Amino acid sequence: MGGTSDILELARDIRNMRIKVLVAKLGLDGHDRGAKVVARALKDAGMEVIYTGIRQTPEQVVETAIQEDVDVIGVSILSGAHIPLMKRLMNLLKEKRVDYIPVFLGGSIPIPDIEALHKMGVDKVFLPGTSLKEVIKYTVEAAKRKRGYREWRDLGNY
Amino acid sequence: METIFDGIDMGSVTTNMTINPPAPVLLAMYVATAEKQSVPYDKIGGTTQNDPLKEFIAQKSYVFPPEPSVKVAMDVIEWSVKNLPKWNPISISGYHIREAGATAVQELAFTIADGIEYVRHLINRGLDVDEFAPRLSFFFDSHINFFEEIAKFRAARRMWAYIMKEWFNAKKPRSMWMRFHTQTAGVSLTAQQPFNNIIRTTIEALAAVLGGTQSLHTNSLDEPFRVPSEFAAKIALRTQQIIAYETGVADTVDPLAGSYYVEWLTDEIEERAWRYIDRIERMGGMTEAVRRGYPQREITDASYKFQRDVEEGRRYIVGVNTFVEEEEEEIRNVPLLDINQEEIERRQVERLKKLRSERDNSAVEYSLRELKNAARRDENLMPYILEAVKKYATLGEIMNALKEVYGIWVEPPIY
Amino acid sequence: MEGSRELLRSALNGDKRALGRLLTILESSPKKAGEVITYTLDKEPDAHVIGVTGIPGSGKSTLISKLITQYKEDNHKIAVIAIDPTSPLSRGALLGDRIRMQEHATDPSVFIRSVPTRGVKGGLSFSGVAMIEVFDYVGYDKVIVESIGVGQTDIDIMNIAHTILVVTTPGLGDDIQALKAGIMEIGDIYVLNKSDKEGAEKTYSYLEFALESYELGVKRGWTPKLIKTSALFGWGIDQLVDLIEEHYKYVLESGLYNEKIGRRRMLMLKLLSEKIFMSLLEEYFNKGIDRDILRKYDLYNASIHLIREIVEKLIKYGG
Repeated sequence: MGGTSDILELARDIRNMRIKVLVAKLGLDGHDRGAKVVARALKDAGMEVIYTGIRQTPEQVVETAIQEDVDVIGVSILSGAHIPLMKRLMNLLKEKRVDYIPVFLGGSIPIPDIEALHKMGVDKVFLPGTSLKEVIKYTVEAAKRKRGYREWRDLGNY
Repeated sequence: METIFDGIDMGSVTTNMTINPPAPVLLAMYVATAEKQSVPYDKIGGTTQNDPLKEFIAQKSYVFPPEPSVKVAMDVIEWSVKNLPKWNPISISGYHIREAGATAVQELAFTIADGIEYVRHLINRGLDVDEFAPRLSFFFDSHINFFEEIAKFRAARRMWAYIMKEWFNAKKPRSMWMRFHTQTAGVSLTAQQPFNNIIRTTIEALAAVLGGTQSLHTNSLDEPFRVPSEFAAKIALRTQQIIAYETGVADTVDPLAGSYYVEWLTDEIEERAWRYIDRIERMGGMTEAVRRGYPQREITDASYKFQRDVEEGRRYIVGVNTFVEEEEEEIRNVPLLDINQEEIERRQVERLKKLRSERDNSAVEYSLRELKNAARRDENLMPYILEAVKKYATLGEIMNALKEVYGIWVEPPIY
Repeated sequence: MEGSRELLRSALNGDKRALGRLLTILESSPKKAGEVITYTLDKEPDAHVIGVTGIPGSGKSTLISKLITQYKEDNHKIAVIAIDPTSPLSRGALLGDRIRMQEHATDPSVFIRSVPTRGVKGGLSFSGVAMIEVFDYVGYDKVIVESIGVGQTDIDIMNIAHTILVVTTPGLGDDIQALKAGIMEIGDIYVLNKSDKEGAEKTYSYLEFALESYELGVKRGWTPKLIKTSALFGWGIDQLVDLIEEHYKYVLESGLYNEKIGRRRMLMLKLLSEKIFMSLLEEYFNKGIDRDILRKYDLYNASIHLIREIVEKLIKYGG
């Protein structure tokens, strides 16, 4: 998964950028093992992680993302309700004009649903077996993208 | 409830309800429906999972805070022991705790600590231990480390018998028995190369049988990525049938007894479990430990370590970090069950509207008020819930009434 | 300059995205933060800053959540600054205080922001203090600062909060020891939370005794009050709010309000100076300090030399 220099570069980026990530569980399932492991891994990698716990509504996630001004949103869903929940989330992000925040999703997502999720605007879907290194690498790259977006930098005109 | 059992003689079936905070309501509905069928109470048989402590630790479908949740569950057990001789009012569960990331020792220790807490509560109500203990049952996980699991089951039975006899002065042998159901570990199965899961489930099932389980659930190979297909469920069933009918392993009680390794491992696991239980006792028991977040923190740490072990090559998972194949098998490319969520919601709303227009709403209100008063007076809630259910109060209405009295629980931030 | 003014204007108009962004600017760019604060200093401050401190496990967050509910009913706009510790090793932080306040996440009159401490010495960060100025400017009239009660943080809290709540729970061992440890000397109101637990009566007596006999924190005109609550079951919250408001009245009438504002702004200046200096210092060490410096100077003079180099650089390049 890349050499030592890869990791050092990642760590440097994370430290310089002060990346902020929101990790949330949408919907009613209480299976938070994955969400917590990811949250801790991101923190150990040097990021600021806002963990909102279970039973969050799309409205709560969006408001939290706005108030905390996060760079990336990570959602975990293991209830099977990912399509309606993510649809509402992505629409809300657009409505509140913060759809420049990349969203990644993990949980029990069937492969055939991935396309529909991407169409909704979900940036990345992680399937079971994804390594923490992959998640960290993705999050840094996504945060860089978000910081590059004019809409975020010029808030007030957008 | 009436719809489900329309045409089924409730006196000749047993029903398992995997239900926790709303257990008293579901049980009341079940009993009320059976009553309507003129089934006598002593013929009503089944199980309610009804284990609130593990909800705070692992499954997280809690509603009220820990103390009221335990109180309500004890109401169910007390009432059931006195009224439904064939009902198993509780399934003290370790499965969810293990799946959430606990180690084998933690699964064992926390489950037994939960059991200890419940027994204490029931004795404090004035129940005789021999009256209710035979009706307690357990539910464990069977994970992939073969000998560790067998040792865990053996240690569990030994510890429980000891605790019931020495701590709680049980006199009847049946009070000291640990009757348990086991499910093979869902969390050990992989989405990659799913047919390997058949082998995993077989080994886990074998461990459970050699460990002495009373009943067994074997997972289907497609468990990691969908609601099981008939094809996969059948293989899971055949797994049990082959073990039961062809291998002869179930013909001897505790066949591994005397094996130097299994005995050593059993002792080892038991000792480590006792250390956890000691610590929990010193905290004041499991309810307090849960409120402080102790078992939750242990599990979070254990699950993080597990993941790090996998990623750093200290733990092997075939198909995931070793013997990996690039090609994904066709079987994974399956959609979820197609469920029209809006339609279901619409239909349910219709049903509720109809129910509310046809029932005696003032009687419902009255019964809910009585229920709230009983809750405030700390009485056993079952008779009041039964009343409310017979007047066709809904599950939501009853739970909301209780929420008003008990409040709701938001877990402490543990990660 | 333009950007900050625009953002402040949007935030004043209720745009929470702009407000969120402003708070990030306070965290990330000392220069831009300075611009922002310059604007906010224009307005006469009128927010009531409430500091809530206490060790982890005392139920601060649940208590604050209940306070928010009460203040919402009384038509206030409430901001919460939840200060969580940063891991000194990874510099990362897991901020979870808001879990217990999430029921208010979507309320238009509530804004909750998590702030990592980002400092090895503990204590408030510049951004944490500066955020108070921005919340005040934008119209939040109750600003609750939640922090862990440990050492330096407490001193700082005294300088920024008008009303200080110290939260504790029964059963934490020798409660008198805790008082002696200094944690307990700064409170205006002492809250015994989780008073539904066993041992609550005993702990309450300890605290009462301590407050009387040690004359803890009797500050001119206000005798610290002790109150029992159970945030979980909702007991004592009304009375707590009444007490807080009673204290606020005292703060306004005694002139303490403006005194605290002055102290807060001085602290903000001190913290920003420290922050700028520390980052220059770190940069200096990272960029390659002269390894022979300790051969050229003795330790004391080496430090002076170092500081002088940094200051010269600052003067030259404007920081």
